[in-house]
Amino acid sequence: MMKPSRAFAILTDGLWTSNVTLAQMLALCPLMAVTGSATNGLGMGLATTVCLVATNVVISLVRGLITPQVRIPAFILVIAGIVTVADLAINAWGHELYKVLGLFIPLIVTNCVILGRAEAFASRNGPAASALDGLGMGLGFTFALTLIGCIREILGSGTLFANASLMLGPAFAGLETVVIPEYKGFLLMILPPGGFLVLAFVLVAKRQIDGLLARRRGVAAATARS
Amino acid sequence: MISQRPFVAGPFAHDVRTTPMVMTWVMIALAPATVFGLGLFGWPAVYLFAVTVASAVLFEAVCLAIAGKPLRATLADGSAVLSGWILALSLPPWAPWWIGVVGSFLAIVIAKQVFGGLGQNPFNPAMVARVALLVSFPLEMTRTVAPRPIFRSDAPGVIDSLAVTFGFGGHIDMDAVSSASLLGHAKTELARGVPLSQALSHAGSLADQLFGIVPGSLGETSALLLLAGGILLLALRIITWHTPAALLFGVLAPATAMHLIDPERYLSPLTHALAASTLFGAFFIATDLVTSPVTRAGQLIYGTGCGVLIYVIRTWGGYPEGMAFAILLMNAASPLIDRWVRPRIYGRDRKGRPLAVKPKEGR
Repeated sequence: MMKPSRAFAILTDGLWTSNVTLAQMLALCPLMAVTGSATNGLGMGLATTVCLVATNVVISLVRGLITPQVRIPAFILVIAGIVTVADLAINAWGHELYKVLGLFIPLIVTNCVILGRAEAFASRNGPAASALDGLGMGLGFTFALTLIGCIREILGSGTLFANASLMLGPAFAGLETVVIPEYKGFLLMILPPGGFLVLAFVLVAKRQIDGLLARRRGVAAATARS
Repeated sequence: MISQRPFVAGPFAHDVRTTPMVMTWVMIALAPATVFGLGLFGWPAVYLFAVTVASAVLFEAVCLAIAGKPLRATLADGSAVLSGWILALSLPPWAPWWIGVVGSFLAIVIAKQVFGGLGQNPFNPAMVARVALLVSFPLEMTRTVAPRPIFRSDAPGVIDSLAVTFGFGGHIDMDAVSSASLLGHAKTELARGVPLSQALSHAGSLADQLFGIVPGSLGETSALLLLAGGILLLALRIITWHTPAALLFGVLAPATAMHLIDPERYLSPLTHALAASTLFGAFFIATDLVTSPVTRAGQLIYGTGCGVLIYVIRTWGGYPEGMAFAILLMNAASPLIDRWVRPRIYGRDRKGRPLAVKPKEGR
């Protein structure tokens, strides 16, 4: 069994320290494309998380059978199989979400995060740790997508989580809010340039927070020494 | 001990002209057209102009404070005022106040300070703001009004104008006062299949266009006053003739050719030269020192590119006016132009190879 401290380290690594979007700057293509609204971001993030956990576990289980020379095609086969299952499942049970995310669900196969985690983590660690890593990275990606989606949606159309109940099920109806009534809309924020602009400001915010945390830790270490 | 003096190698040329001086002269050159535009479109235009320039300065001050740069010295260079000024002149005169504020934010924060402030921005700040506003708020950004000079009785008063710009204090029906600009009118009529000779029969006379008593952006209507300002800048050698001349050539050459082929479908070159922002862009926007190429030959390429793109966008594009798009596209190309057309280094040929050294006599 894993030590709790190691499990915590794996999770925080995915959620914040090595966050897929905010630190590794990977998977920017689906980010720009689907974060026009918070609901789409959340849906895409959750779909990626499910795929990431499943592929990490499977690859971790078969890692002893795959020789290093053929590992990349083998990983891609596993990933493509699992993403296809997810694609069909979303089409069957979440058709509204599928209509919006459409092309981007099959494209999860080529999402660099999935192959990246398979190569960097799952092929070197046990299934439990790999599942945790997939969960942490996936939720970190979901967090970034939803955050950017929220900002773009508020600035772009003045709403938050619009159509959430339609896409993610009636349980999400409570999320739908109109932030700015009678808003005229700021179209640029919904278009891809808005994605780049908002991502840039979110990156600045993360660096500021990291700098603040590092300074605080430095002060704490200094007081502990004296 | 190692010398602390900076590494120096001459020769140097000193120019007494400082940045604030250049900015001030550009503002002086813009002043006649600005005052004319403010008078022509009345109090709403005055409010919009004030809001845009003030918010540009405010955003610049906030950015400088965050970046920890000297506040007063940098603000005093006048570049923020000028960016806000140029942006305001390119806006529809009766646009609501938030268009000016959002535009100033885009120009100063997104297009300029994020890249490191004056001299670091790859794109012209005012034009970035204009394009972003045009894409985001097409209704507000294309609603031009017929001229209502400030002294005429049908012009809105000081209080009524508050309603136009800020949305309180009175009521004015925007649909009743709006009037399409010449290029916009020509575009919609052509799309309906109406030949130009018929479509333009009610348009203002040539003199009106020359003096600028036509619907249009706040400071872009008066061809004569803009031309006078441009000539002042040329005479002071703040700008050289290369960019404006090449830009006008780039617009007028295809305009003349296409007009000769079919005058019923393509506007005359004179209309293109006088209409909307051609002269404003040629003298005041395309000549921006930061975002245009360094060499004379580069400026000729850059100007021609701007001009041709303006004509193409006006004639076949989706928007009636293409100045801002054309300048941004050529801004993106200007580092490439600068790589391609380089000035000759002293002692070397154009390709950077050392010149052959002549052996000295008597050896």
